[in-house]
Amino acid sequence: MSFGDWVSQGENIVFLVIALAMVVAGGFVVLSRNVVHAALMLVVALGGSAVLFILLGAEFVGWTVVLVYIGAVVILFLFGIMITRAPIGRDSARLDHRRRWPAAVIALATFVTIVWSTTAFFGDEQIPEGVTRAADLGDSLFNRFVIPFEAVSFVLLAALIGGIVLARRDPEEGEE
Amino acid sequence: MIVNQFLVLGALLFSLGIYGVLVRRNAILVLLSVELMLAAVNINFVAFGSYLPDAFASGHVFALFVIAVAAAEVGIGLAIVLLIFRNRSSANVDELDLMKW
Repeated sequence: MSFGDWVSQGENIVFLVIALAMVVAGGFVVLSRNVVHAALMLVVALGGSAVLFILLGAEFVGWTVVLVYIGAVVILFLFGIMITRAPIGRDSARLDHRRRWPAAVIALATFVTIVWSTTAFFGDEQIPEGVTRAADLGDSLFNRFVIPFEAVSFVLLAALIGGIVLARRDPEEGEE
Repeated sequence: MIVNQFLVLGALLFSLGIYGVLVRRNAILVLLSVELMLAAVNINFVAFGSYLPDAFASGHVFALFVIAVAAAEVGIGLAIVLLIFRNRSSANVDELDLMKW
């Protein structure tokens, strides 16, 4: 399939715009000199992934990303940035290591390896149209995947208790 | 839509996340990059779930699991970073050399 054929499908134009926005936002997340900007750019990247999920017919997953990631996780990150007093200024030297080239080489090598090993098999395989309704998802979640679902709920409970225990100031220790 | 476009986008975001994990000093920014990598994995899961639709919608269900585990991971991770910051007044990963020989 040539690039012209690919672009002539309307949804691919949407994909291209969203993907471009996601990659630029992801670049900001890892390169930005401002911690708060990095956290806010993560919102753009995750919002783009939510749009892609809806484009793929996974509407429930898309809205879950919006609720959980953008609604909770990024807010948590902003709180973390405020509490740990991360350097909010434009002081790039304190945010990054000086040795950037090895990291860039590793990232590039990972990209080439993943693309080379995954895309070779699929060629021009189309993704079939179709919507996974939330009802179907819930049906499968509570029948076939009920054990993993319970395990995940246990993980969340453990994370809740662990977060409280870790972040709480010990009263016996007092102020040191 | 073909499968490969999602795979390439996922690989691109994943390697951006790897670069961020390796190059950032602040622990919170490392966690942000990890979130980027998890988002890339989610894109792959949902793309494969739509490409091979089965009776259980397995790809989409696993994306939900990844989201839930990522939320737990961020909660615990930020609590640990907070604790480290409280004890050492710094959240830079290269200054945490307690276990370095």
